[in-house]
Amino acid sequence: MKKINEFRMTVDAKSVNESFCRAVCAAFSAQADPGVEAVGDVKTAVSEAVTNCIVHAYAEKGGKIYLSAALYENGIIKITVRDRGCGIPDVRRAMEPLYTTKGDDRSGLGFSVMQTFSDKLTVRSKPGRGTTVVIEKMIRGAADV
Amino acid sequence: MQVQTTVSGRVLTARLSGEIDHNTAPRIREAIDDAVSAWGPTTLRLDFRDVSFMDSSGVGLVMGRYRNAKLHGCDTQVANLSRRYETIMRMSGLTKIVSFVSDRSEVKEHEKNQ
Repeated sequence: MKKINEFRMTVDAKSVNESFCRAVCAAFSAQADPGVEAVGDVKTAVSEAVTNCIVHAYAEKGGKIYLSAALYENGIIKITVRDRGCGIPDVRRAMEPLYTTKGDDRSGLGFSVMQTFSDKLTVRSKPGRGTTVVIEKMIRGAADV
Repeated sequence: MQVQTTVSGRVLTARLSGEIDHNTAPRIREAIDDAVSAWGPTTLRLDFRDVSFMDSSGVGLVMGRYRNAKLHGCDTQVANLSRRYETIMRMSGLTKIVSFVSDRSEVKEHEKNQ
């Protein structure tokens, strides 16, 4: 699978950057000529991943989010959202629908939404070291019905 | 993000517009909860017609507003969800506690467990 383009950036883990990160990924996706639905899926999944960094990894105390994406010849986009935050002790549990460690209007659906709107989701985490989320999605030819 | 509230009888409608995420949700929450306290409605209708983006923060927002409204003896309705927002809302099982309505058809679903 040949990579045809990529970007990489670092942003502060501030909630104002949630919309910035999803807009960047949507703009990067545009070159694959995806449908509105596919772009919406990408934006939604990225928003969840970035919000997790801010709310969970760094517990709203700030840090850096490392966002990168690569577009492949076959129309797949691979987006990586990485943090150096607290990490997740039990990834499988964290991915259960409605599981949340925070009250306060958090739905516990972050990973479920990422799974629903991506083709493949990979989560690697080490407590005390950080978490890497990789979202893969076929976006080319995903014309709207 | 904007919240426009209107009152008709005992129904308070909060029309949301713009993007709902973890960044904008606190301001939306405050505007709705203030309006519920001020007007004491029996039905709170959250209208998503003009929402341009929503992630799971929108689910948390609705769950929290349902809980707050209940404390005031008020029911919650969610109106005019796009297909995408409805998919996200349904993951939470919210349909058990709030009704989803659309202006184009009557109440689509009302699986209330009282």
